[in-house]
Amino acid sequence: MVQYTQTHFDASFAALSDATRRGVLEQLGRADASITDLAEKFHMTLTGMKKHVAVLEQAGLVTTEKIGRVRTCRLGLRRLEQEAAWIERYRQLWDARFDELDRVVEELKRQEKVDGRKKRN
Amino acid sequence: MDARRETESTPMKSRTTVERKSERELVVTRTFNAPARIVFDAWTKPDALKRWWAPKSFGISFISCEVDVRAGGSYRLVFGHPASEQPMEFFGRYIEVTPHSRLVWTNDEGGEGGAVTTVTFEQRGAETLVVMHDLYPSKEALDGAIASGSTSGFSEAFEQLDELLVTPGASVGRTHVS
Repeated sequence: MVQYTQTHFDASFAALSDATRRGVLEQLGRADASITDLAEKFHMTLTGMKKHVAVLEQAGLVTTEKIGRVRTCRLGLRRLEQEAAWIERYRQLWDARFDELDRVVEELKRQEKVDGRKKRN
Repeated sequence: MDARRETESTPMKSRTTVERKSERELVVTRTFNAPARIVFDAWTKPDALKRWWAPKSFGISFISCEVDVRAGGSYRLVFGHPASEQPMEFFGRYIEVTPHSRLVWTNDEGGEGGAVTTVTFEQRGAETLVVMHDLYPSKEALDGAIASGSTSGFSEAFEQLDELLVTPGASVGRTHVS
C-alpha cells in the first residue's frame, strides 16, 4: 500500500517536472499502453521507459498491471486509492492548520494569565 | 508485535484524524491543550483565526479574511498561493454560534453541493477535543468534492494536474513527440 505523505505530494510535482513523463501522461490520456508501446513512441529503451513509468507510478499518477508478459499502463489511481489520497491530503491541511492553532492557543492562554494577574492587582 | 501495535494505536498527543464516517460525512478531530473557551476564541476572533487558518507550511496566505461570527453572520476567506494566479475563495454563513461549545456554518462556494460544517468543542479536564463534522447534501456531492479536490484548499497545481489527467491530449508544454 502506498503511503500518502507530504513526500507523496512532492512526488507528484517531481514526476511532472520531466517533459517525457508529461508526454507519457498525455499519451495515456488517449489510450492505455504497454511499456513497450511507450518506449517505441518516445524513442527510448525499454529500461529507460520503465524508469519513467516507475516515477509516475510512485507519484500515484499512473497504475500498471501485468497481464501475461505485457505490463499495461493507465492513468490515475484506483478509486479507493484516490479517495484515500484525497483524505490524506485533507488531513495534512488540517494538521498544518492545527499546528498553527496550537501556537495561537498557547499564546491566548499566556495572555489570559497576564490579564488575570492585572485584574487581581 | 503487541508492543508495536500499542504504540501505533496510542495516538500522539495533538494528532489530527480524518475519517469518512458515511457516504455523506467527513469527520476531523484533534485535541488541544487548553480549556474550551480559549480554543473557541481562536476559532471565532478574526485576529486569532487569521493566524492559523492559512498555514505557512502549505504555502497559502490570506488575501482577505472577513468573518462575522454570529448566527446569520457571513464569512468570506480568500487565499493566495504562489503556484496559482487565481485566488481561492471560501464563503458562507454561520447558522449557529454557541459560545465555547458549538459552531455551525455553510460552505457556499461550491453552490448547492456544499457541506454544512459543525464544530464541537468538548472540554476534558485541561484539554479540549475539537470535532469538525462536514455533512454533504448527498453521496454524489462528497464524491464530487473528492474527485475534484475542491475542498482540500490546496494549490492550484493539483487542479492543473486534474485537468491534465482528465483532458486527453491536453497541451502540457513541449513533449518529445508531436
